[in-house]
Amino acid sequence: MSEEKTRKLAIICSKGSLDMAYPGLILANAARMAGHDAMLFFTFWGLDVVNAKKVDHLHLSPLGNPSVPVPAMVAGLPGVEALASRMMRSEMEKHHIPPVREMLEMLDDAGAELYACQMAVDLFGLTKDDLIPQVKSIISAMDFIDMSEGAQVVFV
Amino acid sequence: MKKTYAGVEVEVDAEGFMTHPEQWSREVGVAIAKEQGLGALTDAHWKVVDFVRGDTASQGQSPGPRRIVQGSGVSMKDLYALFPKGPGKLVARVAGVPKPKACL
Repeated sequence: MSEEKTRKLAIICSKGSLDMAYPGLILANAARMAGHDAMLFFTFWGLDVVNAKKVDHLHLSPLGNPSVPVPAMVAGLPGVEALASRMMRSEMEKHHIPPVREMLEMLDDAGAELYACQMAVDLFGLTKDDLIPQVKSIISAMDFIDMSEGAQVVFV
Repeated sequence: MKKTYAGVEVEVDAEGFMTHPEQWSREVGVAIAKEQGLGALTDAHWKVVDFVRGDTASQGQSPGPRRIVQGSGVSMKDLYALFPKGPGKLVARVAGVPKPKACL
């Protein structure tokens, strides 16, 4: 009961939409809350989540999203995506779920480690300066494999 | 299940969280902290514990770290420094309240 084994969670965040940004962040935070180690690896579209210019403007796409109760014809209309994103943001605020940027700051304060994928950074023509300051470093896929040794890996 | 802390018998659940906060006293809290490997409790620890007990009593549920930070005035970094093996559970254990259901 007193001595709990320390686990390590390594979460790969590969999606950049508002709805898909949260699962990885919440899980990493839960791991830290429970006293386990957590590292996050942001790759491909997931890089948007730690992109300083994009983090406050992530979108929820109703198009091709079977969980959004809007007909596809309507979902593709201009403005619908912005509306859906705005509705989700306000709903989350109502339920005291912090915005993505605040989640990332909280994770950093909680001791979770944030890393960006080298290949994705190169692919999108970014540098470390384009990323939020909580990102510890830019690492390769092989670095991630080395650093996540012994961890439970979650792909989002 | 029952456990004895500081000579007081208290009710705990399968995970060791106290189920009857009224059975708690500061001495019990100190004994639980010791059992959890926390060592001596400082004023900062008590600030957190006192907030958690008060908040649990008024809200009917134990607060998670985010609510603790917002309500106690202790920063997230400090909260993790005070309760390094996971403030999500450790604070509730020491404060003698149920395991928080909050995800944040």
